[in-house]
Amino acid sequence: MDEKQFKKLNRRELLKLTPLVALGAFAIPPLREPLLKKGLAFSDWASGKLFRPGHLATTFSDFDLTPFEKFPINGYDVDDPGVDFEKWTLTVTGAVAKPGDYTLAQIQDLPKTRQNTRHVCVEGWDVIGRFGGTRLSEFLKLIGADPTARFVTVECADDYYESLDMATALHPQTLLCYEMYDQPLTREHGAPVRLSIPTKVGYKQAKYITDLKVTHVLDRVGYWEDQGYSWFYGL
Amino acid sequence: MATQVIEIESAKTGEVVEAVYEHPLAVRVCHWLNAIALFVMIGSGLQIFRAFPSFGAKIPQQDLLHWPKMFAIGGWLGGALQWHLTFMWIYIVTGLFYVGYQMVSGNYRQVLFVPRDIRGVWPMARHYFFFGPKPPATEAYNPLQKLAYTSAIGLGVLSVLTGFAVWKPIQFSWLAWPMGGFHYARGWHFFVMWAIIFFLLGHLVMVVLHGWNNFVSMLTGWKSDPEYPAR
Repeated sequence: MDEKQFKKLNRRELLKLTPLVALGAFAIPPLREPLLKKGLAFSDWASGKLFRPGHLATTFSDFDLTPFEKFPINGYDVDDPGVDFEKWTLTVTGAVAKPGDYTLAQIQDLPKTRQNTRHVCVEGWDVIGRFGGTRLSEFLKLIGADPTARFVTVECADDYYESLDMATALHPQTLLCYEMYDQPLTREHGAPVRLSIPTKVGYKQAKYITDLKVTHVLDRVGYWEDQGYSWFYGL
Repeated sequence: MATQVIEIESAKTGEVVEAVYEHPLAVRVCHWLNAIALFVMIGSGLQIFRAFPSFGAKIPQQDLLHWPKMFAIGGWLGGALQWHLTFMWIYIVTGLFYVGYQMVSGNYRQVLFVPRDIRGVWPMARHYFFFGPKPPATEAYNPLQKLAYTSAIGLGVLSVLTGFAVWKPIQFSWLAWPMGGFHYARGWHFFVMWAIIFFLLGHLVMVVLHGWNNFVSMLTGWKSDPEYPAR
């Protein structure tokens, strides 16, 4: 073979790599966003498939607890939205048999669960906290939630909003949480009621919730999800 | 798999040099896909790290290192997570396909570090780092290269395993547990990234030192005038 033929051969082989240029689509801003959304959606789909409804998050001894004062307070907006505890109720709507306003006493009448679980922030830090409350599944039973509904959404006193897949809502460690470290929730930590979901990352665990809806269709996903975070983000 | 060798005759001098088909198309595709995926994974990973640049407590937070934003991908945590959670699939699929291809084709034999390569490592290291004599090249990859590339595959596997322990510390609790749970798995993931960066720097230095023909072989598969006996 002479040099010319060898050059041709090399060129032919090089051209076989050209399909890789398709990845350059990620460098083009108008294409990048939908592509990354697709990638994130795929990861969320995989997260949903990997979620095992009966598999429990590790629980810890009291010895492993992060001291209460070192449990970070992370709000997207304000630390204290000024909830009036006297008037507070949890407004339940959607695919439920008994919609209406539920008081804290009604929630506290349900069986109580206390657990020491790890709280993982999307930023990367983690703490181990003690959470008390009633299982969200107990509350969903109380309100007669349609078991075929796919989502539970919440709205908060600080206008934060979140949504959960039903499998996570029914997980035995998912709490309607009204206590931390055996004390009533403080305002900064979401008093009077927040979600505590050890199988989810922190921003899914909405604080100061005021409204709860059981639904087949999501009309809003979540505050941080709307900024570009993952919806499922199961741990 | 028999290595393909051809002879190339210079039009001017009539001189004949050999050329070896060193890298099958599948390997080249995987190499460049992986190069892109690694670039994105490292860049977006560093942006994710910027959100909490520490491995200790949140309160009080003691930062380990302030990585400059201009050497990170994604712009902010959410953007970086999108890149990371998209390209991880490209990274994983490429890695699995590469290992599968190498095994099925038998092409792994030229690069996999095996026990009989052990005694060749030191002479090669002495040559590269301590001005020792250059051991004669007998195959496409010398023992030190085989060790480096085989270790790199190991690092790739570790990066995925530690990554899954960070992403799904509960569903993959059996994976996160030996790493010390989520908190420490995050540290391992970061550590493996630096090991990969270290490999990459060495790799790039060697690419520069080994010249054009060597570089071209990863694009076209063909290496003309190899340093080792082609047949």
